[in-house]
Formats: sequence, C-alpha cells, structure tokens
Amino acid sequence: MSRTTHRRSDASPTADSADADAETVLALSGITKTYGPETAVDDLSMSVVDGEILALLGPSGCGKTTTLRMIAGLERADAGTITLGDRTLADPDAGAFVPPEEHDIGLVFQDFALFPHLNAAENVAFGIDDRPAEEREARVAQLLELVGLDDHAEHYPEELSGGQKQRIALARSLAPEPDVLLLDEPLSNLDVALRVSMREEMRRIIDETGVTAIWVTHDQEEALSIADRVGVMNDGRLQQIGRPERIFERPTSRFVASFLGQAGFLTGRVDGDAVETDIGRLDAAHFPGLDLPDGTTIDVLVRPDDLQARPAADEATADGRLTQRQYQGPSFVYRVETTEGDSIHCMHNHTELFDVGRPVTVDVVADHPLQWFER
Amino acid sequence: MSALDRLAAPFAHARSGDSDLPTGLVLLSGAIAAAVLSPIAWILLRVFEAEGDVSLVTQPSTFATSIALVAVVTGASVVIGVPLAFLTVRTDLPFRRFWTIAVALPLVIPSYLGAFTYISAFGPSGYIAGVLAPLGIDSVPSVYGFGGVALVLTLYTFPYVFITTRASLLSFDESLVEAARTLGVSRLEAFRRVTLPQLVPGIASGALLVALYALSDFGTPNLLRLEVLTQAIWVDFNGFGRETAAMLSLQLLTITAVILAVQSRVGDSTQGAYVGTRASTSSDTTVALGRWKAPALAFCATVVTMCLVVPLAVLFVWFRRGASDVGRTRLVFEWSYATNSVLVSVAAAVVCALAAIPVAYLAARHRSTIAEVIDRATYIGYAMPGIVLGLALVFFGVSYGAAVDDLSSVVGIASYLPALYQTLPLLIFAYVVRFLPQSVGATRSSVMRVDRELTEAARLLGQSSLGAFRRVALPLIAPGVLAGAALVFLTTMKELPATLLLQPTGFDTLVTYIWAVRESGSYGAAAIPAFVLIVVSALSMVVILSQEK
Repeated sequence: MSRTTHRRSDASPTADSADADAETVLALSGITKTYGPETAVDDLSMSVVDGEILALLGPSGCGKTTTLRMIAGLERADAGTITLGDRTLADPDAGAFVPPEEHDIGLVFQDFALFPHLNAAENVAFGIDDRPAEEREARVAQLLELVGLDDHAEHYPEELSGGQKQRIALARSLAPEPDVLLLDEPLSNLDVALRVSMREEMRRIIDETGVTAIWVTHDQEEALSIADRVGVMNDGRLQQIGRPERIFERPTSRFVASFLGQAGFLTGRVDGDAVETDIGRLDAAHFPGLDLPDGTTIDVLVRPDDLQARPAADEATADGRLTQRQYQGPSFVYRVETTEGDSIHCMHNHTELFDVGRPVTVDVVADHPLQWFER
Repeated sequence: MSALDRLAAPFAHARSGDSDLPTGLVLLSGAIAAAVLSPIAWILLRVFEAEGDVSLVTQPSTFATSIALVAVVTGASVVIGVPLAFLTVRTDLPFRRFWTIAVALPLVIPSYLGAFTYISAFGPSGYIAGVLAPLGIDSVPSVYGFGGVALVLTLYTFPYVFITTRASLLSFDESLVEAARTLGVSRLEAFRRVTLPQLVPGIASGALLVALYALSDFGTPNLLRLEVLTQAIWVDFNGFGRETAAMLSLQLLTITAVILAVQSRVGDSTQGAYVGTRASTSSDTTVALGRWKAPALAFCATVVTMCLVVPLAVLFVWFRRGASDVGRTRLVFEWSYATNSVLVSVAAAVVCALAAIPVAYLAARHRSTIAEVIDRATYIGYAMPGIVLGLALVFFGVSYGAAVDDLSSVVGIASYLPALYQTLPLLIFAYVVRFLPQSVGATRSSVMRVDRELTEAARLLGQSSLGAFRRVALPLIAPGVLAGAALVFLTTMKELPATLLLQPTGFDTLVTYIWAVRESGSYGAAAIPAFVLIVVSALSMVVILSQEK
C-alpha cells in the first residue's frame, strides 16, 4: 500500500514534526485537564497526520490515558481545543463539546470492553447497526476475516482467549470506519509471550485498513517498534515527539533519555572542544556542535552498548570499580561506579566474565555522537 | 473488588466528578429518595403538633425494656452465631454441610410464626404442659415475658450473625495466620491479633441486622406479651393516643439511629479488608475438634431442634388437627387471601424494581456526595420499624383526607381527589419504603459488575447515553434487577406490622389471616397459610444465595 511507503520514507533526518506533505487529521492545542489539585494533562499540543501511527509513551500516571479519553470525548478538557479535520470536538472556552457518539473516533480499551451479552459478530456489528442488513453483514464478515476470526463469529466473549478478544475489540472499533483509532495500552492484558506477535498482528491490521492511530503504551520497546512517531509524556506534559530512532538517539531531556533504554550519565567538564570525565578525556569527535564556555559542567548520556570495561592493573590507574553484574543470557551488563561516584553500565559479550569489586578502566566505543545535557 | 479495582478506585472517583452528574438522573433519584424519607417527616410533624408536655408520655420502663431486649438478643445471637460459623468453616465437625444449611434455615421462619408455635408448644395449655401434667409436673417456665421474647427473637435472628461471620471466615486468607506464626506468634495469639480483627466487621454487620430486627419486631413481643416500644405504639394507636404513639415512634427511631451510628464505627473499618488470592480452607489449617467433637455436635443439634424441629412439629400437629379446627371457627381460610398477598407483593416488587434502577445506577456510576446521600436515604426505610412506618402513613393518609375534606367544604364542591387512608396504593407505598433497599442493593451490585468501559465503548460506537444504557447496561443488569424484585416480593408476603396498620377494610392477606386466627385459638386453621409463608421465605433465601455466587 502506498501509505506504508510514505511512513518510513521520511526524507529529512532532522524532521521531528509530522510529514509536511501529509494532511493533519487531528490537532490538539493547549489541552489541559485537572482533577482537583492535580494536573493530569498540562498544556499539551500535538497533531496527527493522515495514516500514521503515533505512540504516546510514558510512565503510568503521566496523563497519556487521560489525553486519549479527552480525544474520545469521554473526558472534558478544562482548556485548549481538539479539532478533527475541520470539526472542533472540544473547545471549553466556547463551551463546545461534541458528545463521544458523534466523534467518529474508535477506541480499543485496555481490557477490551467487549459486550458480554453479544457474540463476536454482534459486537463487531454494534456500531454499524444503522446500515442496511446486507451491507452490515458483509462489513462484519470482512472485518472478522481481517482479524482472522471468521470462524469465531458466534462465540461469546467469555469463550474467546485474550488475543482473540483483542482482535474482536479491534474489529469492533474499526467497523464504523473511524477517522482516528485510539488504542489504550492494547497489549498490557496479554501474556508476555503473546505480546510481541500480537503487536505485529495489530500493526498489520492497522496498516491494511489505513486508519490513523494513536497507540498509548508504557512499554518503550512496543512504542519504538510499532510507531511511525513516538510522543513521550511525563507529568502531564509532552516531553518530545518524533521518529522512534530520533527520540532514542537524540533525547532532548534527561527524562526521555532515561525512559528509553538503560541510560547512564557521566559528569563532564567542558575543556576546549573536548570533555573531561571520570573515564578520561572524550575528544571533540563525540560532541559535534559543542559550544560551551570552558569549565561548564554537563551530563553525558552513555548507554551500555556505548561503553566497554577493561580490568585495570591497580586502583591508581582505574576509572572505577565493578559494583554489579547482570547476566542477561547473550550478554553481561556490568555496573561501574567511577572514582567520583557516577554510575554507568557497560555491555559485554556473555563470554567476558569479570568479578564484582574489580578495578576497571572504561572506554567509549560508540560510533555515534554522544548526547549531553547542561546541568 | 480486586486489588486492582481498589487501586483504580480513586481514579474512577476523580474521573466522574460532580460536574458531569446527569441532571435528569439526579432529579429522578432525588425525588425517589424524598418520597422514601417522607414518612419520617410525618412522624416529626405529628410530634411537633402534639399538645401538652411530650416528656410526660415517655415511659422509662418501656424504653428500658426495648434497649435491654436489643442488648440481650444481639449478645446471645453473637454467642450462638460466631461459634457455629467457626465450627462449620474451620473445624472437622462431622456433616458440616448439613449443619451449615440447617443453622441458616431459621431465617425462613418469620419470628411471629416462631412465637406462635412456641406459645402452642410451651404455653400454659400447650402441648408440653399437656404431656407433662400426667407426670405430676404442673408448672413449666413461662414462655411469656422478657425471657420468652428474647429466646424466640434470638432463635430466629442469630443466623444473620452466623451468615456474615461465615462469609468473613471464608474470605479470610489463612496465609495471614501462617505469616503471623512465622513471625513468632502462637496460634492463640495469631487468632487474637490477626484473625479476630478481620472478623469484627463481619460480626458487626450481622449484629446490626439482629439489633434492628429485635428493636423493630412487633409480632413476637405482642404475642408473648412484653411491653416494648413497638407494642406500646400499637396499644396507643388502637387506644387513639396517636400523639403518644408518634412520640414513642420518635424514641424508636432515635434508638435505631444510635444502633446505626455504633455499627458504622465498629464495622466500617475498611483497613481490615485484606483479601488474599488463596482459598482459605486447605485441609492442613482445619482445626481438629478431638474430644470436643461430641459437645460441638450436641450444641448444633440443640440449636437446630429449638429453632426448626419444634416449630415445624407444631405446625404439623396443627395441620393434622386442621380439619376439625377449621369447622369450629368463623375465620374460614379463603384462597383469595393468598391471591391478595401475591397481588400486593407483585405490585411492591414492580414499583421497587423501577424505582431502584435510577438510584442504583446513580450510586454505582457517579461517586459523588449527592449520589451517596440519595443512595443512603433509600436505605433508611430498611432500618425504620414497620410499625413506625405504618403509623406515619396512617398520619399521612388521615391528614391528607382531612385536607381534601377542608378543601371541598371551602370550595363547596365534591372533591375529585381520591382518599388515601386504607387504600392499596398507600399500603404498597409502605412496602416500597421498607423494601426498596433490597432492590437498590441487588441492582447496584449488578451495575457495579458492568464495567463502565462497556457503556463508554457503546458511546464511541454511536449510541447516546440513554441508548448505551438500554442496549448495553440494561441487558446486563436485568438478572440483578429481577433478583431484587423477587426479594421484595418475598419479604412483602410476610410483612406484618405495616400490613396490619394499613390494610384496606375487607382486604385480608395470609398474614392478616394468621393474625386474626391467633385470637380465636383455632390454630389448625393457620397451618396452611403458615406453611405457605415458610415456603415463600425459603424461596427468598434461595434468591439471596443465588445472588452471592
């Protein structure tokens, strides 16, 4: 399908915004929601373009589900506007709220929310019962086939497995051909073993229908693997939004850096175009565009695969000591406490066994620029 | 409630603030709550209207008797109910299933029937006296008075404590005791410090039901001739001392309020609500009775004999004598009494089911102060003694009638407004006030079981809020609504005091017939209606038990 090609073919490597040539379907502007003294969503603005999958990623309580519910019309924003195409769905200042049934937005609930008194086919047909019977039946059959459950039409939710319920829930929300499909932690109620295969399956179904989707999750691996763009949320704020690899490689905040992957931070002092750290002087090649006065203290982001530890001859020449060994099957991840107290991780092949407590030197082996944050 | 639900609860609370309360639903539920509360207003009005010094009519001895009766019956019920619950849940007592059912069964015998059979068996000219007289024993302990009332009420109310304690014991996670033991605490100490605190809320909720029942019961003290508040109200009412009756009603309501307040302090501690994931009755934690097995069996057998075997045997004797008795009395049993009972009970059940839906839906879906107030208000009728409620509605019917008369004499035309006093609508309204909580309770718990996401899903699939309710919520809560209605039907069938006060002239039911027969002494005529009532009550137990699954 053509839209699948435009998805990953983003021309400009620096584009953190949506494709310029694609049409914006859904726009949130300055959305704020408070519950009593607590601000659940704080001045959030973003836009979703036609046909993309946007993952909203964040820890629990970060406001991502509340954002989703406001888009669906199940919660009312206190401030800001939500527009879908050329329709305004919510604008509290103008007192305008479109009720959820007129949103033309589908939502796949975390625990599926299948109607227990209806069978699979009746669940799927629920949102399209205003259509002629023939068309309705054809649409239901088409969707059941799409999700691979055409032989389960007569089954009731309690007779379906978790993965099957998930597919029926997806088919049900796709049936009325919504403008936007929302998915609220759609895989969190499935077995770990099922999650990876289900996420590929759901990605396939969403791709085949071409629907624009917002997928909420707290699982960074899930977000990075299924999304065209990822928005990272924390404390009700959208921290960063962009293509997955961009977010991972060039996080703009310490929060985003530590939420994606195992992040360590090295304290550094700018010295000319190089940086002095506990593990030695890191030269300019690692820091393109570093332009800070000498002596400025910065935090250098180092992930386990950026670093390698080597046993040191003695304490005097060592950068630090091994304080912990995590065996992860194919690899070891060693935690190193540097002489000045930074805590960093180094990933090694599973054959490289070092003892905890040992003095080590650490080398940067990354072949990409290192991200840094000013203190 | 799973642990997850409880974690989510504050969120659910926050999500449905006062702002999105549906106005129509609130107004409708509020109107229902106001209607249910109105009888209290009539009592208060009557008290304030009363002339003279109201303090003169307080009878300290009656007041004290009522309180003493509540204390003794509640205490005795706990003393009987808690050990029985422990024996049937946590020990190797033989025939545990049999005892569990047998011990809960007394609930199906209305206490006034129990009292009736006890008079018949143990009264001065009863069967026991008749058997003992030839043996030279001419005095048996009197069944009349405080002792008799306390005994009969205890026998027919302790199952409340038994059932609630049993439920707490069953849901109690034995791994907590094991945890305590591994922390170096003895078995007895573990019981005191871990098990007991978890059981107290269960015991307290059973004790509350017992206390309210003992305070409000009218039939038993009346039959066994004990001057308690309900009896005094009845006497004053019939002697046209209606201000006095109103005053006494207020006293009764005050004691009721105190009991409710005490219970909510003892029983409502939610911190004792740890629910484990493990089934509690693994065989290795069952207590072996050893040489206590025989006394335990004797205890169970005695209780069952006194509350089941005796009354059923008496009823059976009545039944055998029935034919000859029926011939001797003017009070011939007619099946229309049964159909009358069914008629008013069906009407009450239908009204309750309809009124319960908005109240229950509001309470289950919108956690806000106003929803809670409305929900609680509908429960007040449950705690209101039937005789007080009956009296309040008599006041209402009479003042309403007088107002209509005034109006027609002033305006000078015949009034088209119908009278209310001693009409079926007023009687049915009384049943609704008393038994609406059963309907609300059953409906509310079924609404809670319907995930709110289901109605949200329906909204997103194009249904309005009313459409989502009709197409998704209603089919799912229907079993709960029906169960609540069935419960109302069955409890209405056996309701005594309000029926006696409000029955339309010439409109007799099973209950009023039994009541009339008691005076004639031809008990045989009461056998069939009594059996019908017991079967009806047994069915209500079945409904309650099927809901608990």
